[in-house]
Amino acid sequence: MSNAPVDKGRRRFLTVATSVVGAAGAVGVAVPFIASWNPSEKAKNAGAPVEVNIGKTEPGQLIRVEWRGQPVWVVRRTPEMLASLETLNDKLRDPNSDEPQQPEYAKNLHRSRKEEYFIAVGICTHLGCSPQYLENTMGELVEGAQGGFFCPCHGSTFDIAGRVFQGVPAPYNLVIPPHYYINDTTILVGEDGEQA
Amino acid sequence: MNKLIAWFDERIPMTKTWNIHLAQYPAPKNFNFWYIFGVLATLVLVNQIVTGIWLTMNYVPTGEGAFASVEFIMRDIEYGWLLRYMHSTGASAFFVVVYLHMFRGMMYGSYQKPRELLWIFGMLIFLVLMAEAFMGYLLPWGQMSYWGAQVIISLFGAIPIIGDDLTQWIRGDYVISGATLNRFFALHVIALPLVLVILVFLHIIALHEVGSNNPEGISIKKPKGSVPESEKPKFKFHERFTNKYDIVDAFPFFPYYIVKDLVGIAIFLFFFCYVIFFAPAMGGMFLEPPNFEAANPLKTPEHIAPVWYFTPFYAILRAVPNKLLGVILMFGAIVALFVLPWLDRGKVRSVRYRSTLHKINLTVFAISFIVLGYLGLKPATDVYTFFARVFTFLYFAFFVLLFFYSKNEKCKPVPERITK
Repeated sequence: MSNAPVDKGRRRFLTVATSVVGAAGAVGVAVPFIASWNPSEKAKNAGAPVEVNIGKTEPGQLIRVEWRGQPVWVVRRTPEMLASLETLNDKLRDPNSDEPQQPEYAKNLHRSRKEEYFIAVGICTHLGCSPQYLENTMGELVEGAQGGFFCPCHGSTFDIAGRVFQGVPAPYNLVIPPHYYINDTTILVGEDGEQA
Repeated sequence: MNKLIAWFDERIPMTKTWNIHLAQYPAPKNFNFWYIFGVLATLVLVNQIVTGIWLTMNYVPTGEGAFASVEFIMRDIEYGWLLRYMHSTGASAFFVVVYLHMFRGMMYGSYQKPRELLWIFGMLIFLVLMAEAFMGYLLPWGQMSYWGAQVIISLFGAIPIIGDDLTQWIRGDYVISGATLNRFFALHVIALPLVLVILVFLHIIALHEVGSNNPEGISIKKPKGSVPESEKPKFKFHERFTNKYDIVDAFPFFPYYIVKDLVGIAIFLFFFCYVIFFAPAMGGMFLEPPNFEAANPLKTPEHIAPVWYFTPFYAILRAVPNKLLGVILMFGAIVALFVLPWLDRGKVRSVRYRSTLHKINLTVFAISFIVLGYLGLKPATDVYTFFARVFTFLYFAFFVLLFFYSKNEKCKPVPERITK
């Protein structure tokens, strides 16, 4: 054993250096453990965003796509339908979409990015049935409504912006999924996009 | 036999540990029935571990198989129903005894100096227990399992910026799915029980270091040499306790308190078995009706309420109109308990010798907790929400008031010794 005096500075340096390298190693080891909790490739594929071509939709038409196992509707609204929205406010439970059922950019009267197109998850907020689209006969259920949705299970009604009417079992407006326009004729459902 | 014991004692501190923690551990002589709940919590912990191990032998932790495997346990495994009901009733029993145990600590000032760390370990146990119960409730994969988890996990979504990514990370999917179930299973059966057992060990070690409090809140440790021989108890306490202090008014924990606790355990088991055999669902309180239906992501139950032991905190969450603030307040309700030893600046421990103001304050707190628990079970109507706000206010008022009046509180004189 050497009898040389202890070099305190050197010992301190080595202690700190070893600790820092050790801590960096611990952080490195933690990465796979934490990252393994992220959605798997399988889950990512199943939950991937869906492209919808809206170029061929007629005014008033509804098309359905599937996203994360749920039906998503895209409706091309007619000017009459849009005009009716304002007149229905006092018959609705949540006319201003105060409940967080939509992304920030869809918190407006027409509940969408572009007035003309309405995109929503087609699941009733009551007990998860899928409501029917009433293009022409909605006025028979609610006076003044131009187009809307009627849930056959328990009779909940929604206007053409997916806003729930008063006096029906559904508590909230229909859910608007995150979406954005890739171009004028293509919507990507499932992502907010950079415009968000 | 003595030779065998000696053989062990030379190699591991067997007899010494037995003496320090049981046979020669001084426990105050005036424990009342409030002091049974620590032992009962340990008993329930053992019950949960044993029945839990047996349940994993037949449970299938996948989205496809979980619900069916629980039905299989209930119907086709011999005594499977009993093992499951022991486990599900045990979960509720755990919270019953832990809440009473905590309230005992609050009444008799058991969190005060020098037992702050003991209290912190206890609170950590409570926190882990809540996580354990929440994750366990997802496993049967019923409707309430699914939607209850949905509500609780979405709480993390209220955190600004990282919220959405965090919830996705917790779920391992865009919705709650088999991936979530699988990881909750892993945490529920191994990670959290391991942490729980370690914390219980630390809780007991910390308790035995500072010694048990008692309903009078008076220390049984007197300065060395201040007590005449005639007034010392006629029991042998370990020198670890008698080295620095004279111990008064105490019994050895074993066999005296163990025997007394056995009576309490028998009474507890009477109630416990009654629930298991005659009311395992406890009218929808322990096992909620929607949970007898398999999880369905497309169908929301009409009314989602957490299991009863979470409802006081759930009511606080719902009382606040803003989601983030609600989440903060809900966690704040638990944080307030964590820092209780520093909020209470009083020197007198037991409620028996504290001011009338403190007695009222503590009573109001207990009532608030129970009322909030009731309100959390109910739908959030205007009237219920109003009351939830009132009692949320009173819940927090307990801590604020305590902080201010405890500094100069008018207490009754505390006797030198536990009444003989």
